Amino acid sequence: MSAKRIWAWFFILFGMVYFLLPLFGMFQFSLKMLRGRYSFEAYRVVLRDPQFQTTFGYSVVLALLTIVIGTLIVVPTAYWVRLKLPRARPFVEFVTLLPLVIPPIVIVFGYIRLYNTSSILPLTGSWIGTNILVLFGYTTLALPYMYRAVDTGLRAIDVATLTEAAQSLGASWVTILARVILPNVLVSVLSGAFLTFAIVIGEYVFAALLNLNTFGPYMVWMGGNRAYEPSALAVIAFGITWVCMGLIQLVTHFSKHTKAKR
Amino acid sequence: MSFLNLEHLEKFFGPTRVVKDFNLSVEKGEFISLLGPSGCGKTTVLRMVAGFESPTTGAITIDGQNMVGLAANRRKIGMVFQAYALFPNLTVAQNVGFGLRIAKVDKATIARRVAEMLAIVGLGEFGNRFPFQLSGGQQQRVALARALAPQPQVLLLDEPLSALDAKIRVSLREEIRAIQKKLGITTIFVTHDQEEALSMSDRVVVMHNGIASQTGAPFEIYSRPTTRFVAEFVGTLNLLTATVIDADTGTVRIGDTNVALNRPLPGKTGTISLALRPEVVTLGPSAGREITLKGRITEVHFLGSVIRIRIDLGGNSVLLDTFNTPDTPPPAVGTDAEISVAERDLMVLED
Repeated sequence: MSAKRIWAWFFILFGMVYFLLPLFGMFQFSLKMLRGRYSFEAYRVVLRDPQFQTTFGYSVVLALLTIVIGTLIVVPTAYWVRLKLPRARPFVEFVTLLPLVIPPIVIVFGYIRLYNTSSILPLTGSWIGTNILVLFGYTTLALPYMYRAVDTGLRAIDVATLTEAAQSLGASWVTILARVILPNVLVSVLSGAFLTFAIVIGEYVFAALLNLNTFGPYMVWMGGNRAYEPSALAVIAFGITWVCMGLIQLVTHFSKHTKAKR
Repeated sequence: MSFLNLEHLEKFFGPTRVVKDFNLSVEKGEFISLLGPSGCGKTTVLRMVAGFESPTTGAITIDGQNMVGLAANRRKIGMVFQAYALFPNLTVAQNVGFGLRIAKVDKATIARRVAEMLAIVGLGEFGNRFPFQLSGGQQQRVALARALAPQPQVLLLDEPLSALDAKIRVSLREEIRAIQKKLGITTIFVTHDQEEALSMSDRVVVMHNGIASQTGAPFEIYSRPTTRFVAEFVGTLNLLTATVIDADTGTVRIGDTNVALNRPLPGKTGTISLALRPEVVTLGPSAGREITLKGRITEVHFLGSVIRIRIDLGGNSVLLDTFNTPDTPPPAVGTDAEISVAERDLMVLED
């Protein structure tokens, strides 16, 4: 083995240790709640905590609603841009990338200024209004991932001809979107949806500043007040993200499989 | 008034006029081909009938009803595309039943009609397959069945055979024509393939630079082209330059031979173009083909059953086809030869 290869391996190992050691440390620490032996006590406590159940459930509902709203906004937009406004594509892509450049704190401060209780549209004044606001915020955060995934999916099908075929068979725009376009980009929508899910579950800034008891603020509160449970929570959060990633892989693999046969 | 009428259709894309004063009347049950090279506007005419493009000016009526301004999904027109355009997420049966489902037809009727349509296109067993499990020819048949299932007023075919390989193309075009005749559906077929247009159609419209150059039955288009473009585009053609000697009696000079066409050439003076199909020229003397021209053989192509020979007539060159006879070898390049043609086969072209 040459010296070059030895160094290469060294750096790979170093990188893995650098990444995995803290994770391992956190995992090990989360098992140490009971003195003198390893146990899943911290996990049991966390999962039993009614606060965990309500905040996590709340975040899941928000995530699912975000996915629905995101799909309803992104699929027609990406479709229309591809079909009728190809010249607007760079602009739309730029807009969808903005949430990556503008920090959430800026967005949420903007929201609070625009929709506070003394504004024309006092969304922050009611519980339902605040929830609508946070949903739109989350949809914004999910935009870069959703748009890219759907746009890639649309590239794989002949949007223009399928649209015309459906039109000549009597289909309206809504029917075309629901019966032709959406089913054919469903795999892409799903992969965008899993990313959205992971983002919304861990989101803190929006929820904290709009004073909503979602999973993010709960994790932060735990981190400030408990010893072992935050580690267990972090491992659980990690697990959720990884499961989402795995599901994306699975879905992408599935889609390649059907395309290979085509 | 005919079933489908296109009157003074014009279409501009920006400053470019792609369709110019296009007129066409189609009778019910007729099969019309729009034939022309790419960019001649034939697809644009079809798309205007389908409602995917709106004419800049002009009128489209089907069965007396004005179509301009009516959305594509309300025109009751079936369309088959070059790229098949089957819905990849639906099975063959669901594809065929799509239009009926949109029209809210009840399930039993849909099932019956889908089965009937699949039987017509010869894919009765394929209802549960997905499009990607079918060959190109099969996919195009499904597309045809899908277009016909909702019983449209007019069927539009946009180069449906162009993506298929040669053998399937020939068999499918016969099949499409048979189905069209059986159902008696008014059909407009767009193609750049003259063989397809000539073999399938009741009438052919040859298009060039956005105008209809000539409209007529296939036999008429081929045998009596009225414009130089039609003559050159449809089939192989020999063009001879001739000088008018006497327009009243129809005497012209080809090379250094005087030829009597025995028909007046009103308003023709100086040089004119005469056109000649390869199959109306005989090598050597022939009864009924009284005009003889002398020349020299410059090319001989042996094509099997047919031998294609090029003869130089001193300034004009003529291609002619002769059948191969097993006991006579093909003539040699460089030998002198004489060709004979009939005066009526010499077509005078309008430029």
